[in-house]
Amino acid sequence: MAKKTIIVFSGDLDKAMAAFIIANGAAAMGDEVTMFFTFWGLNILRKPEGVKVKKSFLENMFGKMMPRGAERLGLSKMNFGGLGAKMMKYIMKKKNVNTLGELIENAKALGVRLIACTMSMDVMGIRKEELIDGIDFAGVATYLAEADEANLNLFI
Amino acid sequence: MKEIKVDAKCLQCPGPIVQLFNAIKNADPGDVIVVEATDKGFYNDVQAWCKKTKNELLSLEDKGDVIIAKVKKV
Repeated sequence: MAKKTIIVFSGDLDKAMAAFIIANGAAAMGDEVTMFFTFWGLNILRKPEGVKVKKSFLENMFGKMMPRGAERLGLSKMNFGGLGAKMMKYIMKKKNVNTLGELIENAKALGVRLIACTMSMDVMGIRKEELIDGIDFAGVATYLAEADEANLNLFI
Repeated sequence: MKEIKVDAKCLQCPGPIVQLFNAIKNADPGDVIVVEATDKGFYNDVQAWCKKTKNELLSLEDKGDVIIAKVKKV
């Protein structure tokens, strides 16, 4: 069995979808897949509802300015303040493309390992309780150990 | 040995190969999975999938609006 690792740095809807389509495809090819979420990519894993946690003023501000979860992400191009993302989601629904939320659920069902970078979480003031269930929390060594065994590594 | 039908019509990439993967996982060796898909990429994808997972592609037909693949679990 081969292994694939994907670093998800971007919090853009289109890039997140590309990452999850590759991850689901690889898992369906029988590969072990690890996705490592860092910086803006962490927003993909945020729960859509607000979670009450203790934060500093700056952390609070930061948290409010970033999209909360897969449903609220914008496009990397032609976003037009969210209008572009809405249009893209409408078209993709019509063409029967899985939503990002569905892709995440499928990835979990296929055994894709999702890891949230704890350093980025600390910097951005994101707490474990604010992220979706069924994910791991780790640092760069965990990712590197996985990458050592992998024959594909993407940075998205 | 049985034949298992998988309707992956209307599913976009990577839906059809995910469905095929799940069907094979639950099948016994020798079982044949018949996948019907409308995703145009599936024609090449199923060949790559079989090569990689070492399952046997018995037949592959592009009927224009639907692609039908027969895969035997090894």
